[in-house]
Amino acid sequence: MTEPVDHPAARALAERHRLRIWEAIPWLLALGFFFAFPKHLGFGTELLVTVLFAISLDLVLGYAGIVTLGQAAFFGAGAYTVGILAKQGIWHEPITGLLLAALVAAAVGFGSGLVLLRTQGLTLLMLTLCTMALLEEAANLAHDYTGGFDGLDSLPIAPLFGRFEFNPLYPTTQYLYVLAVLFVCFVFVRMLVYSPFGQSLRGIRENMLRMHAVGAPVRGRLVLCYTLSAAIAGVAGGIWAQANAYVNLGTLGLDRAATVLIILVLGGHGRLYGAFIGAVAYISLSHFLARIYPTAWQLGLGLLLVVIALFARNGILGIAAALRRPAHRAAS
Amino acid sequence: MSTPPLLETRALYRNFGALAAARDINFRLEAGARHALIGPNGAGKTTFVNLLTGVVRPTTGAVLLKGRDITGVAQAERVKLGIARTFQINRLFRRLSVLENVYIAVAERVGAAPSMFRPAGRRRDVVDESMRLLETLKLSGDAARRISELPYGRQRLVELAIALGLKPEVLLLDEPAAGVPSAESHIILDAIDRLPREIAVLIIDHDMDLVFRFAERITVMVSGAVFATGSPREIAAAADVRAVYLGQASRG
Ligand SMILES: Nc1ncnc2c1ncn2[C@@H]1O[C@H](COP(=O)(O)OP(=O)(O)OP(=O)(O)O)[C@@H](O)[C@H]1O
Ligand SMILES: [Mg+2]
Repeated sequence: MTEPVDHPAARALAERHRLRIWEAIPWLLALGFFFAFPKHLGFGTELLVTVLFAISLDLVLGYAGIVTLGQAAFFGAGAYTVGILAKQGIWHEPITGLLLAALVAAAVGFGSGLVLLRTQGLTLLMLTLCTMALLEEAANLAHDYTGGFDGLDSLPIAPLFGRFEFNPLYPTTQYLYVLAVLFVCFVFVRMLVYSPFGQSLRGIRENMLRMHAVGAPVRGRLVLCYTLSAAIAGVAGGIWAQANAYVNLGTLGLDRAATVLIILVLGGHGRLYGAFIGAVAYISLSHFLARIYPTAWQLGLGLLLVVIALFARNGILGIAAALRRPAHRAAS
Repeated sequence: MSTPPLLETRALYRNFGALAAARDINFRLEAGARHALIGPNGAGKTTFVNLLTGVVRPTTGAVLLKGRDITGVAQAERVKLGIARTFQINRLFRRLSVLENVYIAVAERVGAAPSMFRPAGRRRDVVDESMRLLETLKLSGDAARRISELPYGRQRLVELAIALGLKPEVLLLDEPAAGVPSAESHIILDAIDRLPREIAVLIIDHDMDLVFRFAERITVMVSGAVFATGSPREIAAAADVRAVYLGQASRG
């Protein structure tokens, strides 16, 4: 038809999704960690799962602006799916097990999203919290399947590709497996947030009323986003259960939901890489603080959060972005 | 009967508790119209636009588009049917760029918005249409800037750009120049003057110069009801209209 418009803004939007060189850094670091710290791969695996979980939260909170405190409901749903299926002798294969975890978590997300996403703000926050608490209580009561308060341990998980054992003492398989799954999920989320769908999620986050007025099916989009995010959180939970051969009520708890929220706020939400930065920053900080103030380290973390909330609304990555921009724009 | 008007309301009522914000409104907007809606503060003008666009449901009465009853049709669906609006107070995507603001509207209209598996920038058709729209509004210089970095007057133009990105048949402008310094308001009014005739325009404004220059038909609302409707000349001549409204506003 007509020739493309050549304007810096049009070019920037047309090329926004291109890979940047620095985007290789987290992946290279993760691989480097594997070779440099073979004794700490258990810790590394936990960190990678946390990043994956935080990415799932970033999709709903950072991009669609859905304020939730109940993201662990989906993590737990995924973890218990893997745990129960393995313990009952129904399913042991890890990769398909993750798909099942994703499916169950997505179903929970879809069902609860249909109801919850009619509300907004504080009501929504409370309802997400209630959903998670209900699931936790249900898991506690269904003792025969879930092991109740004790959880399920020594889960029989089949070797990856029938060859690589999940050895709890030397979690090399776990680490590389989690890293690969994280990569796949990340690529999916990255594609999503740069798509027109992702753009419309940003629109909903910025101004829901206006989105109605441009003819967007707002609730349908939110439910879809919530479902996809739940599926990814389910994968995170499922892989956590596989890597540890273990599930417990903590996978469904407020502690986990709050921690991942803190991580995302710390790293910067709606920025894709905030999950990475936040997870590393949170875990390093809590280790550091726990060493110097063994009894009161959470106080230090709390203070830091207050500072972030007051002065750096967009987290660590937000500070970095503000420093890179010209001064007059950073001021606004 | 002749062909139905483009947009019509029949005996439209809306109560907010004890307050009757719309009372028995029978209104017609013809295709290609240049229609103004005036009335004192709190008369119910914005409420009327909300009723037309489906933001607010009528207590009783009907809204018809080309003779079809759309009273039960949801807000987003009405947009698809060709009704677009701007807001009295900016409702923009504040942390997104001007281009992205328009992109969202255009993507929604052409059905690109649900697509997940290709980057937004690959829809060059949407990007280019958005850019051209910004050019016609002389906004392309600001295309890369965030809304929150723009002066209010420019933001009002983006309000208009988003609505035009929907290619409406009916455009409802709720005080498009409200809050804009008078030195800049002519930019917005020029843009409105240049709107193509295929778009029927209903404009709400308190600026009588603008209303009498732009409109070919004027409806006066007072406390939720239509007080008078007619050509600008008829409205200007009506003594009672002067008494309730024009007397309070400066006309010179
Ligand atoms: N959602 C609502 N709930 C309760 N009352 C409302 C609501 N919307 C509008 N009103 C009331 O309805 C009346 C009409 O308001 P509206 O905003 O339609 O007036 P307006 O003619 O647009 O006024 P202005 O010129 O100040 O914009 C006002 O008294 C207002 O307070
Ligand atoms: Mg109003």
